Amino acid sequence: MAETIELTCIRCPIGCQLSAVLEDGTVVRVSGNTCSRGEAYARAEVADPRRTVTGTVAVRGGAWPVTSVKTVPDVPKDAVLDVARALSETVVDAPLAIGDVVVANVCGTGADVVVTKPVDVQTGTVPFCTSTCK
Amino acid sequence: MRRDLVIIGGGPAGLAAAVAAYGAGARDILVLERDVELGGILNQCVHNGFGLHAFKEELTGPEYAARYVEMARERGIECRCGTTVLDVSSERTVTCLSPERGLETVEAGAVVLAMGCRERPRGALNIPGYRPAGVFSAGTAQRLVNREGLMPGRRVVVLGSGDIGLIMARRMALEGAEVLCVAELMPYSGGLKRNIVQCLDDFGIPLLLSHTATRVLGRERVEGVEIAQVDGHGAPIPGTERVYECDTLLLSCGLLPENELSRQAGVGLSSVTGGPVVDERLMTDVPGVFACGNVLHVHDLVDHVSEEAAHAGRAAAAYVAGGEGETGRRVAIEAGSHVRYTVPSSVDPARLDGPLTVRFRVTEPLRDVALVVSADGRELVRRKRRVVAPGEMEQAVLGPAVLADVTGPVTVSVEGGDRG
Repeated sequence: MAETIELTCIRCPIGCQLSAVLEDGTVVRVSGNTCSRGEAYARAEVADPRRTVTGTVAVRGGAWPVTSVKTVPDVPKDAVLDVARALSETVVDAPLAIGDVVVANVCGTGADVVVTKPVDVQTGTVPFCTSTCK
Repeated sequence: MRRDLVIIGGGPAGLAAAVAAYGAGARDILVLERDVELGGILNQCVHNGFGLHAFKEELTGPEYAARYVEMARERGIECRCGTTVLDVSSERTVTCLSPERGLETVEAGAVVLAMGCRERPRGALNIPGYRPAGVFSAGTAQRLVNREGLMPGRRVVVLGSGDIGLIMARRMALEGAEVLCVAELMPYSGGLKRNIVQCLDDFGIPLLLSHTATRVLGRERVEGVEIAQVDGHGAPIPGTERVYECDTLLLSCGLLPENELSRQAGVGLSSVTGGPVVDERLMTDVPGVFACGNVLHVHDLVDHVSEEAAHAGRAAAAYVAGGEGETGRRVAIEAGSHVRYTVPSSVDPARLDGPLTVRFRVTEPLRDVALVVSADGRELVRRKRRVVAPGEMEQAVLGPAVLADVTGPVTVSVEGGDRG
């Protein structure tokens, strides 16, 4: 029983409109892609969709009240909201460097949450920042 | 004080220009940045998708910025943060102000304008209603959430489907807010397709095309936004109004190059892009003043900003070194059918030492088209494209040989195709 799933490729800004033809739940043909990444995307997106979750975590004693983080590697799409909730409950201590792991194996996904923006230890008030540092 | 090269703005454009100018032999470089840190707006763009072209990997905004900050640091390029440029004269005298050094003037051998852009504010949008708290530009909300750890609201309507609006719709949803809809005046989105898929579709947020806000409800705080469908001329259709109860309205209705300083310097601006009119060196009509990045024209991808800025940086270094004289030849580059503008808008073919990248935007979404560059009645370049859209910048690369004996204006146009 053949089934066609329409997807928009997000591997680059072109955004090709892909058609993935499934037979018995397996992708047998992809069309509409302009490069091989499009085909790989369609196959992965149908079988096991994954996303990078990016966001912020609270920082204690830092020059800024929060810093930015991402998941490495991507997490299953179904786990995105759980991971986001875990980030909102995370508090870490300054200083922080790019690549520091602040949560290992977040929500049991096997992915780590790593820092994407360095934060120095707080030495005074942050100019222009309206929030209170914790 | 005299400096060979003064770069105004320490965001992605300014830093890439500085690093490339250094690579081209300039050493006496000064970068002036208004914010307390380098990196510009990338610092609040915590999402990923940056760097696929420039670094062949997917980075977040702060990581992308950090790469360029590190490159500037390694080269010992002087970058002064907390420094506001107040004036640039047509003789390239830069007046700046900082708490540490007070008021200073710098005589610059060349100036690179890299001030970026600003968001179109509510006052420019003609939305009736009171002026309650809870109306934010999407970028302001992004700053509050991603840098200051503050939530602007809990129930959100987004007006405009620019990339920052799409990104913020997802960001607010991830932080637990309810995002009711994104309303877009045009019959197509102004944002990148991947952002519609990843930011709206993934979270079940509806995109209402051909819709606009007709009223903001609430006096002290936003209590709702009335959204109506619009006709082919953008006018609201009576009877289609619907009120979305919310406490927050985010605006993502376009970006405007920030050219107050350019105007003071007497730089000629394009009425289409809002940015300076430049030649193939990205030099404005004021000699020795160059422009790049979002101050020149608004980009979708920072990778393209870096590439363009590097070009301006190298050209500025060459100008300082006195290597490039005027040859007197100047060929106009014009926007043809379905093309809104081109950057640059002129070229001196004799001065080209490598391929020329012409960046442009189309006027409307089209399918199965050819991007055609022609001059003197012949085609110089023809490239097929399956889909083009105003929200995604296009480019044509012209080799020096192709342009060598061109005399008439070069026209960039989009041919064929169906309305997409």
